Amino acid sequence: MLRLPRLDVATPTDLDTALALLATPGARLVAGGTDILPNLKHRLGEPPLLVSLAQITRLRDIIEEPQAGVLRIGAGVTLTQTSEHARVRALFPSLAVAAGQVASPLIRNMGTLGGNVNLDTRCRYVNQTDFWRSAIGGCLKSGGTVCHVVPGGRNCVAALSSDCVPVLMSLGASLVMRSPNGTREVPVADYFVADGLRNTVRNDDEITTEIRVPLPTMPRRTAYTKWSVRQSIDFPLLSVALRFDLEHDRVSAALTDVRVVVGVLGARPREVTRLEELRGRAFNDPEVIKAVAERVHAQCKPLENVPYEAPYRREMLPVHVRRAIAALVAAG
Amino acid sequence: MSTPVHATLVQLRVNDREHAIAVEPHRTLLEVLRYQLDLIGSKQGCDKGDCGACTVQIDGVPQLACLTLAVAVAGRQVTTVEGLGQRVGGCHPLQDAFDRHDAAQCGFCTPGILMSAEALLRRVGRPVEGAEVREALAGNLCRCTGYTKIIDAVIDASRVMHGGVAGA
Repeated sequence: MLRLPRLDVATPTDLDTALALLATPGARLVAGGTDILPNLKHRLGEPPLLVSLAQITRLRDIIEEPQAGVLRIGAGVTLTQTSEHARVRALFPSLAVAAGQVASPLIRNMGTLGGNVNLDTRCRYVNQTDFWRSAIGGCLKSGGTVCHVVPGGRNCVAALSSDCVPVLMSLGASLVMRSPNGTREVPVADYFVADGLRNTVRNDDEITTEIRVPLPTMPRRTAYTKWSVRQSIDFPLLSVALRFDLEHDRVSAALTDVRVVVGVLGARPREVTRLEELRGRAFNDPEVIKAVAERVHAQCKPLENVPYEAPYRREMLPVHVRRAIAALVAAG
Repeated sequence: MSTPVHATLVQLRVNDREHAIAVEPHRTLLEVLRYQLDLIGSKQGCDKGDCGACTVQIDGVPQLACLTLAVAVAGRQVTTVEGLGQRVGGCHPLQDAFDRHDAAQCGFCTPGILMSAEALLRRVGRPVEGAEVREALAGNLCRCTGYTKIIDAVIDASRVMHGGVAGA
Protein backbone atom coordinates (compact mmCIF):
# COMPACT_ATOMS: atom_id res chain seq x y z
CA MET A 1 0.00 0.00 0.00
CA LEU A 2 1.48 3.31 -1.07
CA ARG A 3 -0.19 6.45 0.23
CA LEU A 4 0.00 9.89 -1.27
CA PRO A 5 1.34 12.58 1.04
CA ARG A 6 -1.32 14.88 2.45
CA LEU A 7 -1.88 17.61 -0.09
CA ASP A 8 -4.60 19.74 -1.56
CA VAL A 9 -5.98 19.29 -5.06
CA ALA A 10 -7.54 21.98 -7.24
CA THR A 11 -9.57 21.07 -10.32
CA PRO A 12 -9.91 24.28 -12.35
CA THR A 13 -11.98 24.20 -15.53
CA ASP A 14 -10.08 26.93 -17.39
CA LEU A 15 -6.45 27.70 -18.05
CA ASP A 16 -6.35 31.15 -16.45
CA THR A 17 -7.56 29.77 -13.13
CA ALA A 18 -5.02 26.97 -13.39
CA LEU A 19 -2.24 29.51 -14.00
CA ALA A 20 -3.36 31.56 -11.00
CA LEU A 21 -3.39 28.46 -8.77
CA LEU A 22 0.04 27.45 -10.05
CA ALA A 23 1.41 30.62 -8.41
CA THR A 24 0.97 28.90 -5.03
CA PRO A 25 4.51 28.26 -3.74
CA GLY A 26 5.50 24.63 -4.34
CA ALA A 27 2.37 23.81 -6.38
CA ARG A 28 2.75 21.11 -9.04
CA LEU A 29 0.72 20.23 -12.12
CA VAL A 30 -1.02 16.91 -12.62
CA ALA A 31 -2.60 15.85 -15.90
CA GLY A 32 -3.09 12.08 -16.29
CA GLY A 33 -1.28 11.48 -12.99
CA THR A 34 0.54 8.36 -14.13
CA ASP A 35 4.01 9.87 -13.63
CA ILE A 36 3.67 12.30 -10.74
CA LEU A 37 1.39 10.22 -8.51
CA PRO A 38 3.68 7.16 -8.28
CA ASN A 39 6.56 9.57 -7.66
CA LEU A 40 4.68 11.31 -4.86
CA LYS A 41 3.71 7.92 -3.42
CA HIS A 42 7.46 7.29 -3.32
CA ARG A 43 7.88 10.66 -1.58
CA LEU A 44 9.85 12.21 -4.41
CA GLY A 45 8.47 15.58 -3.40
CA GLU A 46 5.61 16.66 -1.15
CA PRO A 47 3.87 19.59 -2.86
CA PRO A 48 1.21 21.40 -0.80
CA LEU A 49 -1.05 21.66 -3.85
CA LEU A 50 -1.67 19.72 -7.04
CA VAL A 51 -3.32 21.68 -9.84
CA SER A 52 -5.22 19.14 -11.92
CA LEU A 53 -5.61 19.85 -15.64
CA ALA A 54 -8.14 17.01 -16.01
CA GLN A 55 -11.17 19.28 -16.35
CA ILE A 56 -9.72 21.78 -18.82
CA THR A 57 -11.42 20.55 -21.99
CA ARG A 58 -9.69 23.18 -24.17
CA LEU A 59 -6.44 21.20 -23.93
CA ARG A 60 -7.95 18.15 -25.65
CA ASP A 61 -8.26 19.23 -29.29
CA ILE A 62 -6.30 18.05 -32.31
CA ILE A 63 -6.43 20.68 -35.06
CA GLU A 64 -4.82 20.49 -38.48
CA GLU A 65 -3.89 23.87 -39.97
CA PRO A 66 -2.74 23.38 -43.56
CA GLN A 67 -2.12 27.13 -44.08
CA ALA A 68 0.18 27.33 -41.07
CA GLY A 69 1.63 23.93 -42.06
CA VAL A 70 1.15 22.47 -38.60
CA LEU A 71 -0.81 19.86 -36.65
CA ARG A 72 -1.73 21.25 -33.22
CA ILE A 73 -2.16 18.59 -30.55
CA GLY A 74 -3.58 19.74 -27.22
CA ALA A 75 -1.37 18.88 -24.26
CA GLY A 76 -4.32 17.13 -22.61
CA VAL A 77 -4.89 14.69 -25.49
CA THR A 78 -4.31 11.21 -24.09
CA LEU A 79 -1.64 8.91 -25.45
CA THR A 80 -4.36 6.50 -26.61
CA GLN A 81 -6.06 9.30 -28.55
CA THR A 82 -2.71 10.37 -30.02
CA SER A 83 -1.88 6.85 -31.17
CA GLU A 84 -5.35 6.23 -32.66
CA HIS A 85 -6.02 9.61 -34.27
CA ALA A 86 -6.41 9.22 -38.04
CA ARG A 87 -4.43 12.36 -38.97
CA VAL A 88 -1.61 11.61 -36.53
CA ARG A 89 -1.32 8.11 -37.99
CA ALA A 90 -1.36 9.38 -41.55
CA LEU A 91 0.99 12.33 -41.10
CA PHE A 92 3.28 11.19 -38.30
CA PRO A 93 3.31 7.38 -38.08
CA SER A 94 6.36 7.33 -35.80
CA LEU A 95 4.54 9.54 -33.29
CA ALA A 96 1.47 7.28 -33.36
CA VAL A 97 3.74 4.27 -32.79
CA ALA A 98 5.64 5.92 -29.92
CA ALA A 99 2.46 7.09 -28.16
CA GLY A 100 1.00 3.60 -28.63
CA GLN A 101 4.02 1.97 -26.99
CA VAL A 102 4.01 3.96 -23.77
CA ALA A 103 3.59 1.68 -20.74
CA SER A 104 0.23 -0.12 -20.95
CA PRO A 105 -3.21 0.53 -22.48
CA LEU A 106 -4.50 1.61 -19.05
CA ILE A 107 -1.74 4.17 -18.60
CA ARG A 108 -2.18 5.41 -22.18
CA ASN A 109 -5.90 5.93 -21.44
CA MET A 110 -4.88 8.29 -18.63
CA GLY A 111 -1.50 9.78 -19.55
CA THR A 112 -1.42 12.80 -21.84
CA LEU A 113 0.97 13.89 -24.57
CA GLY A 114 1.79 17.03 -22.57
CA GLY A 115 2.54 14.85 -19.57
CA ASN A 116 4.73 12.52 -21.61
CA VAL A 117 6.76 15.51 -22.82
CA ASN A 118 7.13 16.73 -19.23
CA LEU A 119 7.86 13.29 -17.78
CA ASP A 120 10.24 13.50 -14.84
CA THR A 121 13.66 11.95 -15.42
CA ARG A 122 14.12 8.45 -14.06
CA CYS A 123 16.96 6.50 -12.49
CA ARG A 124 17.25 3.08 -10.89
CA TYR A 125 18.44 4.80 -7.69
CA VAL A 126 15.60 7.34 -7.61
CA ASN A 127 12.36 5.62 -8.62
CA GLN A 128 12.18 3.46 -5.52
CA THR A 129 10.29 3.67 -2.25
CA ASP A 130 11.43 6.09 0.43
CA PHE A 131 12.53 3.07 2.49
CA TRP A 132 14.64 1.63 -0.36
CA ARG A 133 16.35 4.96 -1.00
CA SER A 134 17.07 5.51 2.69
CA ALA A 135 19.21 2.33 2.65
CA ILE A 136 21.69 3.99 0.28
CA GLY A 137 21.40 7.47 1.75
CA GLY A 138 19.60 8.93 -1.25
CA CYS A 139 21.33 10.57 -4.19
CA LEU A 140 21.66 13.93 -5.95
CA LYS A 141 18.00 13.73 -7.03
CA SER A 142 16.60 12.28 -3.81
CA GLY A 143 17.86 14.07 -0.73
CA GLY A 144 21.45 12.81 -0.85
CA THR A 145 24.79 14.25 -1.90
CA VAL A 146 26.29 11.57 -4.15
CA CYS A 147 25.57 9.98 -7.51
CA HIS A 148 25.50 6.17 -7.55
CA VAL A 149 25.57 6.00 -11.35
CA VAL A 150 28.67 8.14 -11.87
CA PRO A 151 30.68 7.87 -8.63
CA GLY A 152 32.05 11.30 -7.80
CA GLY A 153 29.76 12.87 -10.37
CA ARG A 154 28.33 16.29 -9.54
CA ASN A 155 25.55 16.30 -12.15
CA CYS A 156 22.44 14.17 -11.95
CA VAL A 157 22.29 11.80 -14.93
CA ALA A 158 18.75 10.51 -14.46
CA ALA A 159 17.34 9.64 -17.89
CA LEU A 160 14.46 11.07 -19.83
CA SER A 161 12.41 7.95 -20.57
CA SER A 162 9.65 9.54 -22.63
CA ASP A 163 8.75 7.57 -25.74
CA CYS A 164 7.32 10.59 -27.56
CA VAL A 165 10.06 13.17 -26.99
CA PRO A 166 12.73 11.65 -29.31
CA VAL A 167 10.08 11.35 -32.03
CA LEU A 168 8.84 14.92 -31.56
CA MET A 169 12.46 16.12 -31.77
CA SER A 170 13.02 14.16 -34.99
CA LEU A 171 9.86 15.74 -36.45
CA GLY A 172 10.97 19.28 -35.57
CA ALA A 173 8.00 19.81 -33.22
CA SER A 174 7.62 22.67 -30.78
CA LEU A 175 5.77 23.28 -27.52
CA VAL A 176 3.42 26.12 -26.70
CA MET A 177 3.95 27.34 -23.14
CA ARG A 178 1.41 29.58 -21.40
CA SER A 179 2.16 31.67 -18.33
CA PRO A 180 0.41 34.66 -16.71
CA ASN A 181 2.78 36.82 -18.77
CA GLY A 182 1.80 35.39 -22.13
CA THR A 183 2.63 32.62 -24.53
CA ARG A 184 5.91 31.40 -26.00
CA GLU A 185 6.75 28.63 -28.44
CA VAL A 186 9.82 26.49 -27.71
CA PRO A 187 11.27 23.95 -30.15
CA VAL A 188 11.36 20.51 -28.49
CA ALA A 189 15.05 20.39 -29.42
CA ASP A 190 15.66 23.46 -27.18
CA TYR A 191 13.28 22.44 -24.39
CA PHE A 192 15.53 19.91 -22.71
CA VAL A 193 18.77 20.45 -20.82
CA ALA A 194 21.31 17.90 -19.60
CA ASP A 195 20.41 18.10 -15.91
CA GLY A 196 18.53 15.21 -14.35
CA LEU A 197 17.31 17.41 -11.49
CA ARG A 198 15.48 19.73 -13.81
CA ASN A 199 15.70 18.77 -17.44
CA THR A 200 13.52 21.38 -19.13
CA VAL A 201 13.53 25.14 -19.58
CA ARG A 202 9.91 25.28 -18.35
CA ASN A 203 9.44 28.06 -15.78
CA ASP A 204 7.50 27.27 -12.61
CA ASP A 205 4.60 29.45 -13.74
CA GLU A 206 4.23 27.84 -17.17
CA ILE A 207 1.84 25.22 -18.51
CA THR A 208 2.44 23.30 -21.72
CA THR A 209 -0.77 23.81 -23.66
CA GLU A 210 -0.02 22.47 -27.10
CA ILE A 211 2.40 20.38 -29.13
CA ARG A 212 2.86 21.69 -32.68
CA VAL A 213 4.18 19.30 -35.29
CA PRO A 214 5.09 20.74 -38.71
CA LEU A 215 3.27 19.01 -41.58
CA PRO A 216 5.59 17.07 -43.90
CA THR A 217 6.61 19.06 -46.97
CA MET A 218 8.22 16.17 -48.83
CA PRO A 219 8.05 12.37 -48.92
CA ARG A 220 9.66 10.66 -45.96
CA ARG A 221 9.93 7.51 -43.90
CA THR A 222 9.88 7.62 -40.13
CA ALA A 223 10.21 5.02 -37.39
CA TYR A 224 10.35 4.70 -33.65
CA THR A 225 12.08 1.74 -32.06
CA LYS A 226 11.89 0.92 -28.39
CA TRP A 227 13.73 -1.77 -26.50
CA SER A 228 12.31 -2.69 -23.09
CA VAL A 229 12.51 -5.62 -20.70
CA ARG A 230 8.89 -6.60 -21.34
CA GLN A 231 6.81 -5.52 -24.32
CA SER A 232 4.27 -3.87 -22.04
CA ILE A 233 4.36 -1.60 -18.98
CA ASP A 234 8.13 -1.05 -18.96
CA PHE A 235 9.97 2.15 -19.71
CA PRO A 236 12.42 1.94 -22.61
CA LEU A 237 15.96 0.68 -22.04
CA LEU A 238 16.75 2.44 -25.29
CA SER A 239 14.70 4.37 -27.76
CA VAL A 240 15.49 5.71 -31.20
CA ALA A 241 13.45 8.00 -33.46
CA LEU A 242 14.42 7.97 -37.13
CA ARG A 243 13.42 10.22 -40.00
CA PHE A 244 14.52 9.98 -43.63
CA ASP A 245 13.41 12.74 -46.02
CA LEU A 246 13.29 11.60 -49.64
CA GLU A 247 13.44 13.31 -53.02
CA HIS A 248 10.62 11.06 -54.26
CA ASP A 249 8.11 8.79 -52.57
CA ARG A 250 10.02 5.52 -53.00
CA VAL A 251 12.79 3.83 -51.03
CA SER A 252 15.22 3.97 -53.96
CA ALA A 253 14.99 7.78 -53.92
CA ALA A 254 17.84 10.00 -52.76
CA LEU A 255 17.94 11.18 -49.16
CA THR A 256 17.53 14.92 -48.68
CA ASP A 257 17.81 14.85 -44.90
CA VAL A 258 18.35 12.30 -42.12
CA ARG A 259 17.50 12.82 -38.46
CA VAL A 260 18.13 10.34 -35.69
CA VAL A 261 17.36 11.05 -32.03
CA VAL A 262 18.30 8.63 -29.26
CA GLY A 263 16.55 8.60 -25.88
CA VAL A 264 17.22 7.18 -22.38
CA LEU A 265 20.92 8.11 -22.40
CA GLY A 266 20.62 11.04 -19.99
CA ALA A 267 18.30 13.88 -19.10
CA ARG A 268 18.21 15.14 -22.67
CA PRO A 269 17.68 13.13 -25.89
CA ARG A 270 20.72 13.06 -28.17
CA GLU A 271 20.45 14.14 -31.77
CA VAL A 272 22.98 12.09 -33.74
CA THR A 273 25.30 14.29 -35.81
CA ARG A 274 27.24 13.91 -39.09
CA LEU A 275 24.22 12.42 -40.84
CA GLU A 276 24.15 15.17 -43.50
CA GLU A 277 26.93 13.23 -45.21
CA LEU A 278 24.26 10.72 -46.25
CA ARG A 279 22.32 13.26 -48.30
CA GLY A 280 22.13 12.28 -51.94
CA ARG A 281 22.51 8.56 -51.29
CA ALA A 282 19.63 6.22 -52.15
CA PHE A 283 17.64 5.38 -48.99
CA ASN A 284 17.82 1.65 -49.76
CA ASP A 285 21.60 1.71 -50.24
CA PRO A 286 22.90 -0.80 -47.63
CA GLU A 287 25.67 1.72 -46.81
CA VAL A 288 23.00 3.97 -45.25
CA ILE A 289 22.11 1.36 -42.62
CA LYS A 290 25.78 0.81 -41.88
CA ALA A 291 26.63 4.50 -41.66
CA VAL A 292 23.68 5.39 -39.38
CA ALA A 293 24.34 2.42 -37.07
CA GLU A 294 28.05 3.34 -36.82
CA ARG A 295 27.38 6.96 -35.96
CA VAL A 296 24.77 6.01 -33.35
CA HIS A 297 27.17 3.56 -31.75
CA ALA A 298 30.05 6.04 -31.75
CA GLN A 299 28.08 8.97 -30.36
CA CYS A 300 25.76 7.34 -27.80
CA LYS A 301 27.08 6.04 -24.51
CA PRO A 302 24.39 4.67 -22.17
CA LEU A 303 24.92 4.92 -18.40
CA GLU A 304 23.92 2.60 -15.57
CA ASN A 305 20.89 4.77 -14.82
CA VAL A 306 18.19 2.33 -15.99
CA PRO A 307 18.04 -1.50 -15.84
CA TYR A 308 20.53 -3.64 -17.79
CA GLU A 309 24.27 -3.05 -18.06
CA ALA A 310 25.40 0.00 -19.98
CA PRO A 311 27.86 -1.86 -22.29
CA TYR A 312 25.09 -4.28 -23.30
CA ARG A 313 22.71 -1.43 -24.01
CA ARG A 314 25.38 0.31 -26.08
CA GLU A 315 25.97 -2.76 -28.23
CA MET A 316 22.21 -3.20 -28.73
CA LEU A 317 21.78 0.37 -30.01
CA PRO A 318 23.09 -0.25 -33.55
CA VAL A 319 21.21 -3.58 -33.62
CA HIS A 320 17.89 -1.82 -33.10
CA VAL A 321 18.83 0.96 -35.52
CA ARG A 322 19.71 -1.57 -38.27
CA ARG A 323 16.48 -3.51 -37.71
CA ALA A 324 14.36 -0.35 -37.81
CA ILE A 325 15.89 0.94 -41.04
CA ALA A 326 15.73 -2.48 -42.69
CA ALA A 327 12.03 -2.70 -41.80
CA LEU A 328 11.39 0.74 -43.32
CA VAL A 329 13.18 -0.20 -46.53
CA ALA A 330 11.38 -3.55 -46.72
CA ALA A 331 8.01 -1.83 -46.24
CA GLY A 332 8.66 0.14 -49.43
CA MET B 1 6.35 18.64 5.67
CA SER B 2 2.68 17.84 5.85
CA THR B 3 -0.07 20.34 5.23
CA PRO B 4 -3.38 20.19 7.09
CA VAL B 5 -6.00 19.73 4.42
CA HIS B 6 -9.70 19.32 4.93
CA ALA B 7 -12.02 16.84 3.33
CA THR B 8 -14.33 18.19 0.68
CA LEU B 9 -17.75 16.99 -0.34
CA VAL B 10 -17.55 15.22 -3.67
CA GLN B 11 -20.36 13.89 -5.86
CA LEU B 12 -19.30 10.48 -7.11
CA ARG B 13 -21.36 8.43 -9.52
CA VAL B 14 -20.38 4.80 -9.03
CA ASN B 15 -22.20 1.93 -10.74
CA ASP B 16 -25.14 4.22 -11.53
CA ARG B 17 -25.51 5.28 -7.89
CA GLU B 18 -24.91 8.83 -6.67
CA HIS B 19 -22.77 9.26 -3.58
CA ALA B 20 -22.18 12.55 -1.78
CA ILE B 21 -19.06 11.73 0.12
CA ALA B 22 -16.45 13.58 2.20
CA VAL B 23 -13.10 12.96 0.52
CA GLU B 24 -9.65 14.07 1.61
CA PRO B 25 -7.99 15.50 -1.49
CA HIS B 26 -4.95 13.20 -1.34
CA ARG B 27 -7.12 10.08 -1.52
CA THR B 28 -7.10 8.01 -4.66
CA LEU B 29 -10.29 6.76 -6.25
CA LEU B 30 -9.22 3.25 -5.22
CA GLU B 31 -8.97 4.23 -1.56
CA VAL B 32 -12.38 5.88 -1.64
CA LEU B 33 -13.99 2.89 -3.38
CA ARG B 34 -12.52 0.33 -1.03
CA TYR B 35 -12.39 2.10 2.32
CA GLN B 36 -15.29 4.56 2.14
CA LEU B 37 -17.81 2.90 -0.19
CA ASP B 38 -16.95 -0.70 0.74
CA LEU B 39 -16.56 -1.66 -2.92
CA ILE B 40 -13.65 -4.03 -2.37
CA GLY B 41 -13.83 -5.75 -5.77
CA SER B 42 -11.17 -3.40 -7.18
CA LYS B 43 -7.89 -4.62 -5.74
CA GLN B 44 -4.95 -2.74 -4.29
CA GLY B 45 -1.93 -4.44 -5.87
CA CYS B 46 1.23 -2.51 -6.64
CA ASP B 47 -0.53 0.81 -6.01
CA LYS B 48 1.66 2.54 -8.60
CA GLY B 49 0.27 1.64 -12.00
CA ASP B 50 2.22 -1.48 -12.87
CA CYS B 51 -0.24 -4.30 -12.19
CA GLY B 52 -3.74 -3.26 -13.28
CA ALA B 53 -5.51 -4.94 -10.33
CA CYS B 54 -7.32 -1.67 -9.53
CA THR B 55 -8.72 -1.18 -13.05
CA VAL B 56 -12.12 0.52 -13.15
CA GLN B 57 -13.92 2.27 -15.98
CA ILE B 58 -14.30 6.04 -15.95
CA ASP B 59 -16.87 7.15 -18.53
CA GLY B 60 -16.50 3.66 -20.02
CA VAL B 61 -12.70 3.84 -20.44
CA PRO B 62 -10.58 1.44 -18.36
CA GLN B 63 -8.22 3.36 -16.07
CA LEU B 64 -6.17 2.80 -12.93
CA ALA B 65 -8.04 3.76 -9.76
CA CYS B 66 -4.77 3.77 -7.77
CA LEU B 67 -3.45 6.66 -9.89
CA THR B 68 -6.70 8.62 -10.05
CA LEU B 69 -7.36 11.41 -7.58
CA ALA B 70 -10.89 10.87 -6.23
CA VAL B 71 -11.74 14.59 -6.30
CA ALA B 72 -10.84 14.73 -10.00
CA VAL B 73 -13.58 12.27 -11.03
CA ALA B 74 -16.46 14.24 -9.55
CA GLY B 75 -19.41 14.10 -11.92
CA ARG B 76 -17.98 11.33 -14.06
CA GLN B 77 -19.34 7.82 -14.41
CA VAL B 78 -17.28 5.25 -12.51
CA THR B 79 -17.93 1.56 -13.06
CA THR B 80 -16.31 -1.10 -10.90
CA VAL B 81 -16.45 -4.88 -11.19
CA GLU B 82 -19.46 -4.78 -8.84
CA GLY B 83 -21.35 -2.86 -11.51
CA LEU B 84 -20.44 -5.18 -14.35
CA GLY B 85 -23.33 -7.62 -14.00
CA GLN B 86 -25.71 -4.78 -13.17
CA ARG B 87 -25.79 -3.71 -16.82
CA VAL B 88 -27.11 -7.08 -17.95
CA GLY B 89 -29.20 -7.84 -14.85
CA GLY B 90 -27.17 -10.71 -13.41
CA CYS B 91 -23.89 -12.23 -14.40
CA HIS B 92 -22.01 -10.60 -17.29
CA PRO B 93 -21.17 -13.07 -20.10
CA LEU B 94 -17.50 -12.42 -19.33
CA GLN B 95 -17.93 -13.53 -15.73
CA ASP B 96 -19.80 -16.61 -16.97
CA ALA B 97 -16.99 -17.43 -19.39
CA PHE B 98 -14.29 -16.92 -16.73
CA ASP B 99 -16.17 -19.46 -14.61
CA ARG B 100 -16.48 -22.02 -17.43
CA HIS B 101 -12.83 -21.66 -18.45
CA ASP B 102 -11.40 -21.59 -14.89
CA ALA B 103 -9.84 -18.29 -15.90
CA ALA B 104 -9.60 -17.12 -12.28
CA GLN B 105 -7.16 -18.91 -10.01
CA CYS B 106 -6.20 -16.78 -7.02
CA GLY B 107 -8.61 -14.20 -8.42
CA PHE B 108 -6.72 -11.07 -7.43
CA CYS B 109 -6.22 -9.80 -10.98
CA THR B 110 -9.68 -10.90 -12.17
CA PRO B 111 -11.73 -7.76 -11.40
CA GLY B 112 -9.25 -5.55 -13.25
CA ILE B 113 -9.05 -7.94 -16.17
CA LEU B 114 -12.84 -8.08 -16.44
CA MET B 115 -13.00 -4.27 -16.62
CA SER B 116 -10.33 -4.09 -19.34
CA ALA B 117 -11.94 -6.96 -21.27
CA GLU B 118 -15.46 -5.50 -21.09
CA ALA B 119 -14.22 -2.22 -22.54
CA LEU B 120 -12.57 -4.13 -25.39
CA LEU B 121 -15.70 -6.11 -26.23
CA ARG B 122 -17.85 -3.00 -26.14
CA ARG B 123 -15.42 -1.02 -28.32
CA VAL B 124 -14.93 -3.75 -30.91
CA GLY B 125 -18.57 -4.88 -31.05
CA ARG B 126 -17.88 -8.26 -32.66
CA PRO B 127 -16.20 -11.55 -31.67
CA VAL B 128 -12.57 -10.76 -30.83
CA GLU B 129 -9.25 -12.35 -31.84
CA GLY B 130 -6.54 -13.51 -29.43
CA ALA B 131 -4.13 -10.76 -30.47
CA GLU B 132 -6.69 -8.05 -29.69
CA VAL B 133 -7.32 -9.55 -26.25
CA ARG B 134 -3.60 -9.78 -25.49
CA GLU B 135 -3.13 -6.14 -26.45
CA ALA B 136 -6.14 -4.95 -24.44
CA LEU B 137 -4.99 -6.85 -21.35
CA ALA B 138 -1.33 -5.81 -21.66
CA GLY B 139 -1.66 -3.63 -18.54
CA ASN B 140 -3.18 -6.33 -16.33
CA LEU B 141 -0.72 -8.71 -14.74
CA CYS B 142 -1.74 -12.25 -13.77
CA ARG B 143 0.80 -14.34 -11.88
CA CYS B 144 -1.22 -17.61 -11.80
CA THR B 145 -2.76 -18.53 -15.11
CA GLY B 146 -0.17 -17.78 -17.75
CA TYR B 147 -3.06 -15.90 -19.42
CA THR B 148 -4.15 -18.76 -21.72
CA LYS B 149 -7.44 -19.47 -19.97
CA ILE B 150 -8.14 -15.75 -19.55
CA ILE B 151 -7.72 -15.11 -23.27
CA ASP B 152 -9.83 -18.17 -24.14
CA ALA B 153 -12.56 -16.94 -21.79
CA VAL B 154 -12.64 -13.43 -23.28
CA ILE B 155 -12.83 -14.81 -26.83
CA ASP B 156 -15.56 -17.23 -25.79
CA ALA B 157 -17.56 -14.49 -24.07
CA SER B 158 -17.37 -12.31 -27.16
CA ARG B 159 -18.75 -15.16 -29.27
CA VAL B 160 -21.57 -15.83 -26.83
CA MET B 161 -22.47 -12.13 -26.86
CA HIS B 162 -22.81 -12.30 -30.64
CA GLY B 163 -25.02 -15.34 -30.85
CA GLY B 164 -22.40 -18.10 -30.58
CA VAL B 165 -22.57 -21.19 -28.36
CA ALA B 166 -20.58 -21.20 -25.11
CA GLY B 167 -17.34 -23.20 -25.33
CA ALA B 168 -15.07 -24.92 -22.77
